[in-house]
Amino acid sequence: MIGKARLGHVGGDLSVTDILTTLFFGVLRLDPTDPTFADRDRFILSKGHCSAALYSTLALRGFFPPDWLATFMQPLSRLNGHPNRRKVPGVEANTGPLGHGLPIGVGSAIASRLSRRNWRTFVVLGDGELQEGSNWEAAMSAGHRGLDDLCAVVDRNRLQQGARTEDTNRLEPLADKWRAFGWDVVELDGHDHDALFRAFTAARSGRPLCVIANTIKGKGVSFIEDRVEWHHKVPSSEQMELALKELA
Amino acid sequence: MSATQAPAFDCRVAFAETLIDLARGDPRIVAVCNDSVGSSNLTAFQKEFPDRLINVGIAEQNMVGVAAGLANGGFVPFVCAAGPFLTGRALEQIKADVAYNGYHVVLCGISPGMAYGELGPTHHSIEDLSWLRAIADLAIVVPADPAQTRAAVRWAVASGIPSYLRVGRFKVPAVADEADPFVFSRADQLRAGADITIVATGTMVTRALDAAEDLAVRGVAARVLNVSTIKPLDEQAIVAAARETRGIVTIEEAMIEGGLGAAVAEVVVRRAPTRMRMLGVTGFAPTGDTEFLFDHFGLNRAGIVAAALEILDSP
Repeated sequence: MIGKARLGHVGGDLSVTDILTTLFFGVLRLDPTDPTFADRDRFILSKGHCSAALYSTLALRGFFPPDWLATFMQPLSRLNGHPNRRKVPGVEANTGPLGHGLPIGVGSAIASRLSRRNWRTFVVLGDGELQEGSNWEAAMSAGHRGLDDLCAVVDRNRLQQGARTEDTNRLEPLADKWRAFGWDVVELDGHDHDALFRAFTAARSGRPLCVIANTIKGKGVSFIEDRVEWHHKVPSSEQMELALKELA
Repeated sequence: MSATQAPAFDCRVAFAETLIDLARGDPRIVAVCNDSVGSSNLTAFQKEFPDRLINVGIAEQNMVGVAAGLANGGFVPFVCAAGPFLTGRALEQIKADVAYNGYHVVLCGISPGMAYGELGPTHHSIEDLSWLRAIADLAIVVPADPAQTRAAVRWAVASGIPSYLRVGRFKVPAVADEADPFVFSRADQLRAGADITIVATGTMVTRALDAAEDLAVRGVAARVLNVSTIKPLDEQAIVAAARETRGIVTIEEAMIEGGLGAAVAEVVVRRAPTRMRMLGVTGFAPTGDTEFLFDHFGLNRAGIVAAALEILDSP
């Protein structure tokens, strides 16, 4: 997709893929044949720039035909660089500007409680994105209300567009921050499907859950892993071939 | 009796009464606010529907995002907050979370314009019309009196689309036809006239009617249009005014760059070029109450009359 479009965010796509896989194939209550049924769990990709990973997951889960993927970011494609719920089944919120997903997730969790339908809401956030203040407005709301149907997953790959998060605007101690806002926190290996599954399906506690998923940006491709320049660099055709071989 | 001497009403009362009335029959309706229960006149709503009043505290970005999430979950949120903070602080959320998502959220800019007179320009919502007009798929409604406010709230619930509603604090007399006060995207002709047209919105409508009286004394027949839907604009009414009268004066309690006057001008230059004068807010206000500030910016009957005569007297 990214090779054809010559655009995309390959590093973040690869860091978030195991999280998406665990959620969409093991956790979320979904029906690809009826993508907006009222009681569905809500999934919001707040780091909307990693749309290629989301689209791939949705296609494999049956929300739309896999051949759509070849149109990624082509003129008039449904698959824009950032997801659009009005065009792509399975997308709950149009994200792109950072710091928007968690407030929407808080609203969804309040709606779940008010309607007594008890769906769960999962929001995947980038770590660099946590520098946006709106996340902390939302975190405060969710903690105050004890929204335990809400789970925020931080894709903690420690890199943002221009540099390491800790060199740019320090996030640590990150778990303490979430706890101070009234959340339960689980820290785990964000590429360990079993650990992710256990965290996502653990009994609810009366508090919202933050899963800090320690990940490797560019996971699975040796020359992309943990390298800041691969935030939105596009691989050459030789690099693409090598990357696909390593990922296979 | 001139319109400005008639009994006047705070539209927040009509707004809150209608919202409660609709909420009784429609469990989808919720209110979302930013520590603005009192100033949005939501105390009675909160008392009757404590679970359906979601006060997120002083956090406007979160407030609008939460509303989008509630809409995703099948609710119809009325976001109630002072106009400047709702539209300024949460502008990107209004664009992305509400309009671009197409979520049925009703954004209510409470006490808009210069209603908070002496509190100063930080508390004036005078840029809202310009900012929001540039956002696709977002309707903009400015009721001019309580009857229009009630009808606009009912429309907003039934519409199914994202909208911004200005809910005025500054007291206004009744100006609309009680039997048929508001139709979305319809401009209402409140007075017939073939010499000049005054296009007004919100608090300025009553002043336009007063000015038309003064112009009549001078032998000038002024048509008065109440534009309560700023977007989408009733283009037909504007084109007819441009063709059937000798010019258009617009007046609004908002910055002239990008508001009602600009919207009218965009239609006029494309479809029926004519002479125009635009009255509105032209800068950060000095200290003063709302009435003082209206006069300061020439947003009064004398200002309208002068603008109309300037058009009619120009060669």
